Order: sequence, then structure tokens, then C-alpha cells
Amino acid sequence: MHMVKIETIKEDGYQLIEVHGEIDASSSIELDDALKNAAESASQILIDLSGLEYISSAGLGVFISYLEELKKNEVKLVIFGLNDKVLEVFEILGLQHLMNIKDNKQNALNFLNEA
Amino acid sequence: MLTNKLKIRLSLLSGILSWLLFTFFDLYLLFVEKYQLNVNLSEVLPQIFLTTLVVSTLFFYRYTITKADSVNFIDLLWKVFITGLVTTIGSLLIRGFFYVFGNSTITENALTINFLYNILIGLVVIFLISTFVVWKRLILYQKSKSLIQLWTIFEYSLFASLLFDWFGYEFMSINFNTALIFLCIFALVLSFNLKWIAYLNFKQKWKSILFILLSGIYVFHFLINLLNLAETGVLSVNLLDRVFIVSLFVFIILYAGIAVLVTLFNLPTSSVFERKLQEAIDFQKLSQSIPAGQNAEQTYDILLESSMSAVFADAAWLEIKSDQKPTLITRGITDPTVQDIKDSVRQEYIKEILTYRFNGSYSSNKIIGTLGHPDFKSIISIPVMIQNKQIGALVLLQEVGDAFNREMVDIISTFVNQASISLENFQLIQEAIETERYKEELKIAKSVQKSLLPSEMQHNDRFEILGYSMAADEVGGDYYDVLEPADGIFNLIIGDVSGKGTSAAFNMAQMRGIFHSLAQKDENPASFIKQANAAMSRCLEKSSFITAMYFRIDTANSKMDFVRAGHCPALFYSASSNKICRLENNGLGLGILRNSEYDQYVEEHTIAYEPGDLLLLYTDGIVEAKNENNQQFSLEYLEPSLLNHINEPLEEVKNGIIGDLMKFLNGNKLDDDYSLAIVRFK
Repeated sequence: MHMVKIETIKEDGYQLIEVHGEIDASSSIELDDALKNAAESASQILIDLSGLEYISSAGLGVFISYLEELKKNEVKLVIFGLNDKVLEVFEILGLQHLMNIKDNKQNALNFLNEA
Repeated sequence: MLTNKLKIRLSLLSGILSWLLFTFFDLYLLFVEKYQLNVNLSEVLPQIFLTTLVVSTLFFYRYTITKADSVNFIDLLWKVFITGLVTTIGSLLIRGFFYVFGNSTITENALTINFLYNILIGLVVIFLISTFVVWKRLILYQKSKSLIQLWTIFEYSLFASLLFDWFGYEFMSINFNTALIFLCIFALVLSFNLKWIAYLNFKQKWKSILFILLSGIYVFHFLINLLNLAETGVLSVNLLDRVFIVSLFVFIILYAGIAVLVTLFNLPTSSVFERKLQEAIDFQKLSQSIPAGQNAEQTYDILLESSMSAVFADAAWLEIKSDQKPTLITRGITDPTVQDIKDSVRQEYIKEILTYRFNGSYSSNKIIGTLGHPDFKSIISIPVMIQNKQIGALVLLQEVGDAFNREMVDIISTFVNQASISLENFQLIQEAIETERYKEELKIAKSVQKSLLPSEMQHNDRFEILGYSMAADEVGGDYYDVLEPADGIFNLIIGDVSGKGTSAAFNMAQMRGIFHSLAQKDENPASFIKQANAAMSRCLEKSSFITAMYFRIDTANSKMDFVRAGHCPALFYSASSNKICRLENNGLGLGILRNSEYDQYVEEHTIAYEPGDLLLLYTDGIVEAKNENNQQFSLEYLEPSLLNHINEPLEEVKNGIIGDLMKFLNGNKLDDDYSLAIVRFK
């Protein structure tokens, strides 16, 4: 049984990653693969987390491990659609200071266009 | 119940008594006849005692000659040979007597002749009966129900003939011949039960032919002696006029003759039988090496040797691939020649096997090949497989061409399969030992890690404190500790390394090192967290981080300063308002930003506390614990649980919260480490 389903869609000007399910230590590897591919091929990445039900510290670790690299390569990463529980986990850890977190896709796109 | 020993002694005694009585009455009757004495003595008496003599002898040998099994066939034939030798010497002495005293009156005296003849009767009976019993044992070696029935009928008929002989029908009379032919047919049918011969090896076959032929000479000699004495015409009892004796002679000669012929014809095939037997033994050896706990090298040796002898190979090698360096065991060939032969193989199929490119099952035809090598012309190469992966190859060589056939391959295949099972077993045992060792090491790590958490937490009379931690795996990544750097000042920390298991445990140990070196000084919490971030950034893996909450408790002034570094907000219970407040100040987990930019996110707050207030620190293992409905324990459950137990002693507060958590989980397993630290102010 797959805990997580990750789809990467190439859109005009950015790459969209859709995450469904739960991310724990074992399924975080798939997230890592998707982020790695996107970081190599796109300058703007949108991650749709509206289907994410749970994320463990290992999953958060994956996001954290890319922050520095993306910043250095001037790749923009926006995550959106987090449910309350997941958002709380991001915020407790303080990631709202370091990541662009938006409530829906439109706001995320707007953020990309503004910059 | 009579013991066997007693039965043997009784039958021996009865045999000797029977012979003495038989001879006495026989001679007495002769004496009476000769001198016309008027004595009323039945002529049946000698007959009775002759019969008891035969029966006693039969019982004697039935008890002394044990059942046949595959090892004692030659022993049985040896018994026949020795008994025959002894009795024949006796019989020769009688002939010698007649030869020496050939012209004296003694040898013409009917009494003397009959006495000597009676001795001969004893000897003949001993030889015939003992041989009869041995033949019986051999015939009934592998018995079927019908064979036993046939034999029983034969034995009863023989016994009947013993009584039939009382009527004194002469040799060649119609009644005599009818009875004789009847018994001879039985004897002939029974004589074809020779299964024991198949179990003799080549040498044993020659021995048995020799023993049987020598026994034939005894029989011949006895017959001559009996005939010679019969010619004197003065015998009162002539053995050759007795159906029983004649049928025994016929039976013994028939069986001996057929046995010799069958053994002779079986001589050429005995080597095949021996080889099959050897194969079975080798196979058994290979199977036994599984539970015997022998090492892999012994299995290699058995495999090589049994395979070589099964196909008459001149040389062989066994190569087993392993992680370090392949094992190569050779027989009758040097290592450089092995390489030569590998190079001279033409068949692609065999090349594949020799270079471990093979998988799946092999075809018996294709693994036999020819070689262009000067020393060896034929080759069989069989892959050694474990769980469908080739781990090695067994190669057998012959100096002549086309030396191997499919049947040989089949035998070798069974050997190789059996050996593979053994080898797989060794591998499994090895793995089990390895796993056991890891478990043992984890146990050590667990006890080491337990010692990293404080067994007793430092405090003074202004507060009490309690810590509790439980790891999901053997070791975990949760940490709590307290130090008193100055009088009335306590530094308290709770931390949680991302992930769990061994790597988390290592980072936790590093965190402890940092705490114990930095928290010895009375500095403010913000300073501690900034330094800890700098220190941990250097040792944490890229995707790892640590969340922590750090408190500086000042008991003299009843206040505490604290920083939250991405950790779950601690709960502060105020006794006066009976309310819980979440300590949610901003903050970033340690290791998330690995440079000085981190410092701007550190926020230090201060709270004044009163007696009865309580501080609850916990890790996310508690609030993220999920029940079967995928529902988290979360603060919505933790806060009421704390309030429920708030007035109990600290130990009970902890037990109460853990109890509520377990009730919530309802048997669902916790898959993260979880820890609690509780402070109650006085």
C-alpha cells in the first residue's frame, strides 16, 4: 500500500507537484525524488499540499534540506493548500518564516507573478 | 518362560539323550535278534528316538542361528562351512576306521557297523539340520505373506515325512517316491528365493560361492559314506531309505546349486549395485551435513568427492562466489589448468555457467560438453544455485571424450541440489547470528542511551520535577535534562531529534553534550539556543533537525525565561486562574537554518509563576499519536487530560496522562518516541 501519491505536472512557466496521502520516514523518499527532479529542471515550483493528511518530521526534513539549495539557485518554491493540522506542524517548527506558504493555488500563482 | 540359553541347553541335552537311547535300543534289538533272545521290545523305540534326535537338533539350531540381516550372510555361510568341516572330519574318521581294520572281523561285525553307522547318522543329522536352518534364514530374508505360507507347508510336510518314515518304505518304492517328489517340488520352488545375493558386494559374492562349493563337497562325501555302509547290508536303520533325509539332501543341494549359479551371474552387476549404494550413502552424507552444523567447507568436500566417484571423473573443481574472494577447491587439477580449461570451453551454455551469468533452471543435455584441452576432453558443469541465484559452479572432467551421459548429470544434480540446501542453511544460520548480534548491540545502545537521560532530576525545595521517556524502537531521539548552573537557577531542556532509531539516538547524544557544556553557565536561553544551533548545524545530516524548548528557572525570583526552537509548545498551568496557557512564542528548529540568520528568529519570553503552578513539557510523539480512526491525541485531548490530573502527585499526573493516551489509542501501536517532563512549583 502506498502511503503517498506524488504527481509532477509541467505547467507553463512552473512545475506543479501534487502530494496526496501521508508522508512519513519511508514515503519521504518519494517526496525527495520529486523535489530533486523539479529543482533541477524548473525555476519555479508550486507544491499542492491540499491532499496531504499528515507529515512526519522526516518529511519536513526533506523540505528543509532543499531550502538552502533552492535559495542559492534562485528557484522559487511555493506550497499551498495545507490543511489546519499540517499547517500547524509547519508553523510549530517555524517554517512559515523560511517557506512561502499560501492558502490556495491562485494566491500561490499570484505570489510567483508578483516577484 | 524359558530363556533362550536354557532352551539351547535343553535341546542339546535332549539331542544327546535321543542319540544315546536311539543307539542303545537299535543295538539292543540287533543283539536280541542275533542271539534269538526272547525279549519283548518294540521295534518302534529306535524310530522314536531317531525322530526326537532330529527334532532336538532342529530346535538347537533354530535357537543358535540368528535371523539374517544384510551384514551376516557370510557369517551364516561360514557356519555351514564350519559345521560341515567338523562333521566331515568325524565321518572321515569312520571311513578311516574301515580302511585300517578292512580285513579284520571287527569290520564285519553287524554290531560294530551299526554302531559306527549310528555315529554317522548323528553327524549327518547335525550337518543337514544346521544347513537347513541357514537356508531357511536366507530364503526368509525378505519375506512376503505367501512365502511364509509356502515355507510353513514345506516344514510341516517335512515333519510329516519324519513320521512317514516309521512305516519303513524303501528307497524307490512307490510311496517313497511320491512323498519324495512332493517335497522336492516344494524345495525347488523355495530355492528361487535368493534376494540376499543382491546385497553382497563383489568380494562377498566370491566368498559365498567358495563356501557353498566346499559345503557341496561335504554333502558328496556324506552321500558316499552312507552308500558305502549301506552296501554292507547289515544296517538296521538305513538313512537313505528315509524320505526326510533324502528330501533334505535334495533341498540343500538344489538351493546350493541355484545360489552358486545366481551369484556367479550376479558377479558382473555387483559393481553397479555397489555404486548405487555408494551414491545413496553419499547423498545421505550430504543431507546429514545440514543438521550436523558442519561448515560449508565440509559440504564442498563431500559434494566434490561424491560427484567425482559417481561419474568416474579424473579431475574436478568447485568454485563458490562470495563477497570477498571466490573459493576454488580442486581435485586432480591445478589452479592454472582451471583457467586454461575455462578458456578452452566452446559451448556458450557452459561458458555462461562458468562466468556466473546463468539463472533459472538448466537443461541436462547442454551442460555436458567437449573440450579442446590436451589433458581433458569431456566436461560437465553444473551451476550451484541458492534461491534461484547462481552462487557457484561444479565442474567435472574426464580425460577421454564423450565420457559423460545424462544419467550421470541427473545423479550429480541431486548431489548439487542437496548441497545447495546445506549451503543455504549455513547462510541462514549466519544471517540469524548476525541479526542476533545486531539485536545485542541495539540492547547495548539502549542501555547506553538510557544512561544519557537523567535518572534523577536536579531541583531544590521550590519545585518538584519528573521526567519520563519511551522509545518506539530500541533507541530513540527524545531528550530532557536539567542542570543547576548557579544557586537557585535551573536550566531545563526538552528536545526531539527528527526521525527515530539509531541515527536519531546519536544526534540526541550530541545534543546532550552541547547541553552539558553550555548549560553549566548561567546564560539566557536565547544565547543557549543560538549557540546550540551553530553547534548542531555542523553535525546534523542535511535533512535532520532538532526541536527543543529551553527554560531558565529562577527560583529566587519565581520566574522563568524560555525559548522555543520549533518544539511543541509547552503547557503552563496557572493555579490561580485554573487555566492552561500554551507557550507558543516564535522560534525555529535547530539545524533548519545553518547560519547566523537563524538568530533573528529566536524569541525569548519570561513568565512569573506562583506556588501550585505547573509546567508540562512533551514531545510530538504524544500529540501526534493516532488512534484507529486516524485521529491525533493533539492538545485538544492533552489539555483536558492534564486538568483532570492536575491536583494529583507528579507521578500520578504522568501516569494519568499516559493512561489517558493509551485509552485514546485503544490498542493502536505508537510508532514514535514520546517523552514528558513535568515541573510543579512550590
